[in-house]
Amino acid sequence: MTPDALMGGFAAAPQQSARAFRGVLEAMARPGTLHLLEGAAPPAPLSVAAGVALLTLADGTTSVHLAGAANCPAVRDWVTFHIGAPLVRAEDADFALGRWEDLHPLNRFRIGLPDYPDRSATLIVEVDRLKAQGPRLTGPGIKDAAHLSLPEVAAFRANRALFPLGFDCLLTCGARVAGLPRSTIVEDV
Amino acid sequence: MYVAVKGGERAIDNAHAWLAEERRGDPAVAELTLPQIREQLKLAVNRVMAEGSLFDPDLAALAIKQARGDLIEAIFLIRAYRTTLPRLGTSVPVDTAQMAVDRRISATFKDLPGGQVLGPTFDYTHRLLDFALAAEGEAPAAAKAPATPGPVPHVTGFLNRDGLIEEEPRDDATPADLTRTPLELPADRPLRLQAITRGDEGFILSMAYSTQRGYGRTHAFVGELRIGRVAVEMDIPELGFAVEIGEVELTECETVNQFKGSKTEPPQFTRGYGLVFGKTERKAIAMSLVDRALRWKELGEDNIGAPAQDAEFVLYHCDNIQATGFLEHIKLPHYVDFQSELELVRRLRAEAMTMQEAAE
Amino acid sequence: MDRKGWMSVLAKAPPARLAALLPDLPNHSYLRPPEIGSVMVQGRVGGTGAAFNLGEMTVTRCSVRLEDGPVGHAYVQGRDKTHATRAAVVDALMQTDAAPRLQSDVVTVLAAEAGALRHDRAEKAAATKVDFFTMVRGEDQ
Repeated sequence: MTPDALMGGFAAAPQQSARAFRGVLEAMARPGTLHLLEGAAPPAPLSVAAGVALLTLADGTTSVHLAGAANCPAVRDWVTFHIGAPLVRAEDADFALGRWEDLHPLNRFRIGLPDYPDRSATLIVEVDRLKAQGPRLTGPGIKDAAHLSLPEVAAFRANRALFPLGFDCLLTCGARVAGLPRSTIVEDV
Repeated sequence: MYVAVKGGERAIDNAHAWLAEERRGDPAVAELTLPQIREQLKLAVNRVMAEGSLFDPDLAALAIKQARGDLIEAIFLIRAYRTTLPRLGTSVPVDTAQMAVDRRISATFKDLPGGQVLGPTFDYTHRLLDFALAAEGEAPAAAKAPATPGPVPHVTGFLNRDGLIEEEPRDDATPADLTRTPLELPADRPLRLQAITRGDEGFILSMAYSTQRGYGRTHAFVGELRIGRVAVEMDIPELGFAVEIGEVELTECETVNQFKGSKTEPPQFTRGYGLVFGKTERKAIAMSLVDRALRWKELGEDNIGAPAQDAEFVLYHCDNIQATGFLEHIKLPHYVDFQSELELVRRLRAEAMTMQEAAE
Repeated sequence: MDRKGWMSVLAKAPPARLAALLPDLPNHSYLRPPEIGSVMVQGRVGGTGAAFNLGEMTVTRCSVRLEDGPVGHAYVQGRDKTHATRAAVVDALMQTDAAPRLQSDVVTVLAAEAGALRHDRAEKAAATKVDFFTMVRGEDQ
């Protein structure tokens, strides 16, 4: 295991993970709003927010798929040491992490079962810019409408059409996160 | 239907304060320490660890003290605590053949390699109260004899050589874990064993006893009963190899059962298995009998409708925390539910009376 | 003794005994602060067959880095965070020039004490070894 993989975890996990969990919760509950996720220093190319989200949400009982550049020895070792999550292929993942284009094709990810819609994947999507502008978001957790700089629209509309099945997304950029649950209706403006 | 009630905060606080005082008892009597409970009430500690499903003697001692000796309440405390622990991993399956045995007996073979070792047993005591214990005194020192600590082979291995007993082929599939996924039927044998090993000792004992009395007769002999300590090993991802992370005390029981054979299996002996945390001999023997009774289907035996053959009945009723939770909740406020029942009964009575009057 | 060996000795050592043998720790930083958790202990059906979940045990783990670089890990039985920290520091020191001294002053001592306890129980068990005789009954004569 590379020495760097042993660095950059939470220093005070109970407090830091509770704070981060609150951030993820707020982001998912209010799609289109931006929140900070801080407290860890994951190895490149992971953003701080993506690393903190994974530290907070994943553990030895949740499987993680690393896509594209995120699937490198430094990240794999870091996940193994600090999180203990088994690394799996996309089809088996509870969580998947990578850049939008690296996560494609999206139909590989679990969308849940009619009896258990929760048995679906959560995608942590690394983006270059994350702003409250762009495509229009409506639906649960959004008063009137919100806007979010999404990498595309069609894929999220297709995912919404599967409701109550489908995957959920966290978009991460630097230390910022925004949520896009499957329940959100996305429209081009 | 559940309807929330509120109020009574001061009464509840006062009840808890009185509970704490009662727990302590007469302050003129010395307070129990956790090491005293751990060392001198070891079998209670073992039961709490087995059914609490968490091996930690100090925690079990604390739970027993807090629960005032109510072992099911203590088990409840341990179960609640264990849910707060992050799961750091899963051990390599323990190798009971490597056990450092305190006790190891066989009811089927009198001369066996490694010998019959009685260990610190209640067997052969006369069950007469020892009033000397009422006075404080030094316990006599245990006798010693030359020994070479080392593994002793399993008794069933001898029968295996002749093909007279079914094999237990190694299988490294990841077993289902009922602490992570709710128990669903049909349950395979590994899942059944997990449920039974943490099940209530009294329930498992009665189920096992019922098979002996004819309700799912399996005619068991104790092939081997062993108690001792085994090392627990776990793969450490950051190291890339396994290390011993501790040691647990276990009781293991293997029964040997008559089997007339079936369409696919020749006549041979079959096996029942019990493995329980701590020195928990009664539980381990009972577990192996219940395990064997539940295997009727895979062995092609008849289901005679005995309770111990009914996996749903056994597995869904053996957990004393589930049982006590559901049982004891009926003493908590049900005023709204009962009010509706009351009204229903009043209405039925009124209707019955009207009909009676009309008839007259 | 290899790393697997000394880590096992440290994991099973009584915390107070380890602290007595090594009261002072060199400067170190946490890579992973001491964390109390559980490990699911598995058994095998019939001792040799399919794996099944027997129950959990408490375990505390810790990873440290010494000032000059060596990294140490510990997974120890129980809930004692200082035990886990101390074991991780010893694991790190065992990869330095201090290894021979720690081996003789700490690891070997702990291993010998554990061995003595084990031997003591084995001797008591040996004293309860019994030979059963099957009595010949009258009608068989």
